[in-house]
Amino acid sequence: MVSAIILYFVASKFKVYEDPKIDEVEEILPSANCGGCGFPGCRAFAEATVKKAKEEKNLDGLFCPVGGNDVMQKVGETLDLEIEAKDPMIAVIRCNGSHANSPGKVQYEGVSSCSFAHALYTGEGGCQFGCLGLGDCVDACEFDAIHMSDETGLPVVNNKCTACGACVEACPRDIIELRKKGPKEKRIFVSCVNKEKGAVAIKNCSVACIGCGKCEKVCNFDAITITSFLSYIDFEKCVLCRKCVEVCPTNSIWEVNFKPRKPKAEKAPKKEVAEAKPIDLSKGKAAVNSKDDNNDSGADRK
Amino acid sequence: MGLLKTFKLGGVHPSENKLSAQVPIEALPIPKKAFVSLGQNLGAPSKPIVKRGDEVKVGQLIAMAGGFIGANIHSPVSGKVFKIDVVLDSSGFRRPAIIINVDGDEWMENIDRTNDIVREIKASPEEIINKVKDAGIVGMGGATFPTQVKLTPPPGKTADTLIINGVECEPYLTADHRVMLERGEELLIGTEILMKALKVTKGFIGIENNKPDAIAHLSMLAKDFKGIEIVPLKVKYPQGGEKQLIKAVVNREVPSGKLPIEVGCVVQNVGTTLAVYEAVQKNKPLFERVVTVTGKGVSKPSNFLVRTGTPISELIEAAGGVPDNTGKVIGGGPMMGKSLLSIDAPVVKGTSGILLMRMDESHRKPEQSCIRCSKCTYVCPMGLEPYLLSRVSKLGNYEMAEKERIMDCIECGSCQYTCPAAIPLLDYLRLGKNKTGQLIRSRNKK
Repeated sequence: MVSAIILYFVASKFKVYEDPKIDEVEEILPSANCGGCGFPGCRAFAEATVKKAKEEKNLDGLFCPVGGNDVMQKVGETLDLEIEAKDPMIAVIRCNGSHANSPGKVQYEGVSSCSFAHALYTGEGGCQFGCLGLGDCVDACEFDAIHMSDETGLPVVNNKCTACGACVEACPRDIIELRKKGPKEKRIFVSCVNKEKGAVAIKNCSVACIGCGKCEKVCNFDAITITSFLSYIDFEKCVLCRKCVEVCPTNSIWEVNFKPRKPKAEKAPKKEVAEAKPIDLSKGKAAVNSKDDNNDSGADRK
Repeated sequence: MGLLKTFKLGGVHPSENKLSAQVPIEALPIPKKAFVSLGQNLGAPSKPIVKRGDEVKVGQLIAMAGGFIGANIHSPVSGKVFKIDVVLDSSGFRRPAIIINVDGDEWMENIDRTNDIVREIKASPEEIINKVKDAGIVGMGGATFPTQVKLTPPPGKTADTLIINGVECEPYLTADHRVMLERGEELLIGTEILMKALKVTKGFIGIENNKPDAIAHLSMLAKDFKGIEIVPLKVKYPQGGEKQLIKAVVNREVPSGKLPIEVGCVVQNVGTTLAVYEAVQKNKPLFERVVTVTGKGVSKPSNFLVRTGTPISELIEAAGGVPDNTGKVIGGGPMMGKSLLSIDAPVVKGTSGILLMRMDESHRKPEQSCIRCSKCTYVCPMGLEPYLLSRVSKLGNYEMAEKERIMDCIECGSCQYTCPAAIPLLDYLRLGKNKTGQLIRSRNKK
């Protein structure tokens, strides 16, 4: 009893004042504790938002990628701040070195860990930049949004992706990138990260970017840059005109969730694009349903 | 002979399979094109000092050391530099290399090409170390650590013992064995040179008891050399590990995380010692080495004297070609070697052997659950607990891995070899070591 009284006084004396808003903000957050915002868990993020709102009257640079715009709006309301909506993002796999495109030359029998294999050798297909297919990204994902495809041996991202960036961190080869989801989930990106000379790159993988520069020339919006034999499409500048997809000689530029083109306009290489697409189309279709709530909530990243 | 010396802790004894032990060293013809890799040593890659179209001679300096832990590279052939480009290394990565079109075999004039053995050591310790440095000598057991760094003890530390590693505990490999038999006297002079450079009076040559001919031959020759003792050792893997060898020969224990110099020892490989002899007495830089090409399916297991830069495929061709049922080709020995991605990769200073495994030998057994038999702990020569370290590495608990001394692992593979459940323990340990190393480095940076 005596100790209880002592404890009571000690507790009240050393009570740490905490802004009740922190609890309020934490309530709104998705409690995923994924670290996608850059803070160790939702509580820390809530503390940071409240602190920043108090000191700087804005939340620039703070964003919950899992909750997206929806949650951030609510957080803004709680803290009496205007929050600018951000474009929703998604993780994309920038490698198409499937079993068919980059056939295995050797057989790997070591532990199923990309970071181990990365230190050991180039990969079964021989590309030293390409996907190792051992699923470190799958292990890193907390949202069940990324899976390995048995058919291609590559990871596939589904619409559960919250763009938290865990897979981007996990990939030892920096293949995964967070890109804008795009209007109606349409996106165009270069599905290759091979920085070698074209002749070398194409030897290991039939769909490698060879850095020919055709896409850079055809782009009217300065969205495409080529550095060390690799094309990169800036998603902020890209207007999804698809001209680059047409000119790419190796089909390394992917269009996702576009309607199939009219057959007469189709040239030989595009057929392969159409072949490669089904995985993505189905993904896109599955995405359509949930996309609506996604667009409302506006999944995004900072 | 009584009880033979060996290290106390752990160890395994894989079947020796020294198929090429009785095959004399044979000089391999010079290749038509040499691919001289610029990353032949541990540490910084070398920087080329020749350009396209330059004429080079055998033994000419073509690349300078890239840093303190670095080594010079000399042309192994004479001819014209075709280009400086990237070539596939044995793990499939592209590394910069100097490609030389071979034309004749013209050596630098200052290299003594005669077979005379130069017994008298004229060079002073400093001159020896400089010559070793200029000759680009690296540890030829496989780790390719620049030798001159080992010969210059850090301030405050002195060496009192030199140990020459003639253990060759890896199954199949016989390159060092043949060097000891055929170049015995040169090897002993090389040992004397290293002793002089280190200013030590005691030199040991540790040889495993499965090479009785080498022990007998060197013991006979060593009578003429003061301070050099041949130590026969019990056959046990990984006795060729630096720390294990020191324990076996002079019964000293290198503390965790420290180098052998801490206990006053310097260990050099047999191949390295021969290279030191050639560099100091004959002015010949390191551009050729003995490589064992072997395997149960190989029609002519051989020991070749090879110029660095020779494609591995030419070595295999000379040993009778790739047998039909070959499952994999390993660079190095079966325990620590690495499977090659391409046999077009060139021989480098650290290539001790090429092992062709049959298909039935080359696959791993499916991994099963740990049965808690503790065999891995029993055989670990460093006194670690591989089952525990592999678990914590798998789960990503690298702090705990560090506490359990994962960085002491010498990657000998005894644990994986002995595991009845075929768990890839070493793979996990390497993964953990890699990540723990990153953790330590990032902490040290702060």
